[in-house]
Amino acid sequence: MTALIRLQGIARRYGRGDTLVRALDDVSLGIDEGEFVAIMGPSGSGKSTCMNLLGCLDTPTDGQYWFRDVDVGQLTADELALLRRHFLGFVFQSFNLLPRVSALQNVELPLVYQGVAPAERRRRALAALATVGLEGRAGAAPSELSGGQQQRVAIARALVSEPPVLLADEPTGNLDTVMSTDIMNRLVQLRTERQLTIIMVTHEPDIARYADRVLLFRDGRLVGDGPPDQVMG
Amino acid sequence: MRAADVLTLAGQAIRRNTLRSFLTTLGIVIGVASVVTMVQLGQSATQSVTERIASIGSNLLFVIPGTAQRGPGNVRATAEPFDLADAQALARDIADVRVAPALNTTVTVVAGNVNDSVPVVGTTNGYFPVRNHPLAYGREFQPGELASGAAVCVIGQTLVEDLFSGREPLGATLRVRPSACQVIGVLSEKGESMGQDRDKIVLMPIKAVQRRLVGQLDVDAIYVSALVDGTTGQVQGQIESLLRQRRHISAGAPDDFYVRDTQDIADALEGTTRTLTLLLGAIATVSLLVGGIGIVNIMLVSVTERTREIGIRLAIGARARDVLMQFLVEAVVLSTLGGLVGLLVGLLATVGATWKLDMPLVLSPAIMALGFGFSVAIGIVFGFVPARKAARLNPIDALRHE
Repeated sequence: MTALIRLQGIARRYGRGDTLVRALDDVSLGIDEGEFVAIMGPSGSGKSTCMNLLGCLDTPTDGQYWFRDVDVGQLTADELALLRRHFLGFVFQSFNLLPRVSALQNVELPLVYQGVAPAERRRRALAALATVGLEGRAGAAPSELSGGQQQRVAIARALVSEPPVLLADEPTGNLDTVMSTDIMNRLVQLRTERQLTIIMVTHEPDIARYADRVLLFRDGRLVGDGPPDQVMG
Repeated sequence: MRAADVLTLAGQAIRRNTLRSFLTTLGIVIGVASVVTMVQLGQSATQSVTERIASIGSNLLFVIPGTAQRGPGNVRATAEPFDLADAQALARDIADVRVAPALNTTVTVVAGNVNDSVPVVGTTNGYFPVRNHPLAYGREFQPGELASGAAVCVIGQTLVEDLFSGREPLGATLRVRPSACQVIGVLSEKGESMGQDRDKIVLMPIKAVQRRLVGQLDVDAIYVSALVDGTTGQVQGQIESLLRQRRHISAGAPDDFYVRDTQDIADALEGTTRTLTLLLGAIATVSLLVGGIGIVNIMLVSVTERTREIGIRLAIGARARDVLMQFLVEAVVLSTLGGLVGLLVGLLATVGATWKLDMPLVLSPAIMALGFGFSVAIGIVFGFVPARKAARLNPIDALRHE
């Protein structure tokens, strides 16, 4: 079985000459279907850059990225958008919900871009909200929800189109411990229910322990890869 | 993305900033309203001119001594005036025409204790058909009255109202300083034309005006109407050669009189109003363009404000063209709404202005369609630049935008 995601000699550089920044340097790795991977490392280690590349939000300067045997580097901007639309769900540290529209409308958004009819859209969005325990708050605006609730709405939005991969960038970064635990338990549960592949950036060891594999970055290089206890010592 | 969803999105964005949306479209509203109003009023003015010219009389030629040259200096003074014999010769020698000589003056007219300064035209019975101004009641001049220059007159409706105020005018005596005349007929109502009340007029036998009021035998103008449609050009040629002969103008020398067709006058006036309409329309179009600039401006601001939103949409799977459509449709909806409101305002303004100015109401579906179409086009053209700016955003940059 081939890997779900394969990176080969990936580099991401910004600027040139004296101001050249090597955000990622010669990174090669593979992630299998169904894995829960935590990407760790200090600030500036390249973990967020790696996440953006994996999410097709950014393009590498060098190297190759295969997603299910598709060479992502060969895809057009529109094809990348379709890849994000159908295969990737995003959860961000700052939730990134659209303000001024309801939780339900936020969750419906990916389906809007898939051209799903309104009634079907609503049904699926309500179901997605129910899986994160927010069926009662469908009409609430993001500003009326707690941070934990907003992140649950974001998870519902990421998963409403049932993508195989969930990309979470510091999903608990803005949450207190109780809410963080709640979010992580939900992610673990969803993963089991849906055979989801989860790739999560975090700098908190406690959060990384929920994953079954940790990728450790330092100065743009991959310096550790293995089970949490082994990598984090 | 479904078309209905794109429209819903645009509607939400517009409603979210109601005041701003209103101010943005105001330029388009004013632009479309002024284009529609200006052009319709212009067409209304043209029609009103045409109607008034028609009311003067169709197939009508004015024969006037002097040259047709306009400008400073009174060329008429140097030209020999016509006399009654000229008018009689035209009537006798040219086939299928009616002729009416005219001698114009203005006198103070008194009836009872009311007096007024009124134009008096000395003429013959030819005046009624030639100038398309028939009698309402009473009678025309009798041949004897015309020959002798009897003190009789036919008056217009305004004078009946002003001087007799309900009393029977027929048979009454009208003092026409320094003379007097007996009213024998009343003209039908004609209304205003070129700012002149055509019902405020006294007609007398031309000889009466010559002898009793002016004291000379001149004729100011000869009106000739062709009885057969489409022959005015031919008649004009006949008049010219006959008058040249009678006035002993040698071959090659210019005419010392001119013949003017009412159609010429109508054409000239219509040309003027049309030019004015075009000019006003052009100015109004400029204001539409200015309205379009307002839309670009606000849409650019809106794209910057919503950069993060665009980033979220891109991350969720929106393609560049989805984002382009979102902002383009928003701009088009804005300008279309402006166009609709502008049409309504323009329609009301046209109705109001024509009613107030007593002009015929001319509604032009063509110009309304054009104005509306233009507003939609402005939305597309001016919405494109901001929409493309939004669509070209890089997802990661957009997401990081504060």
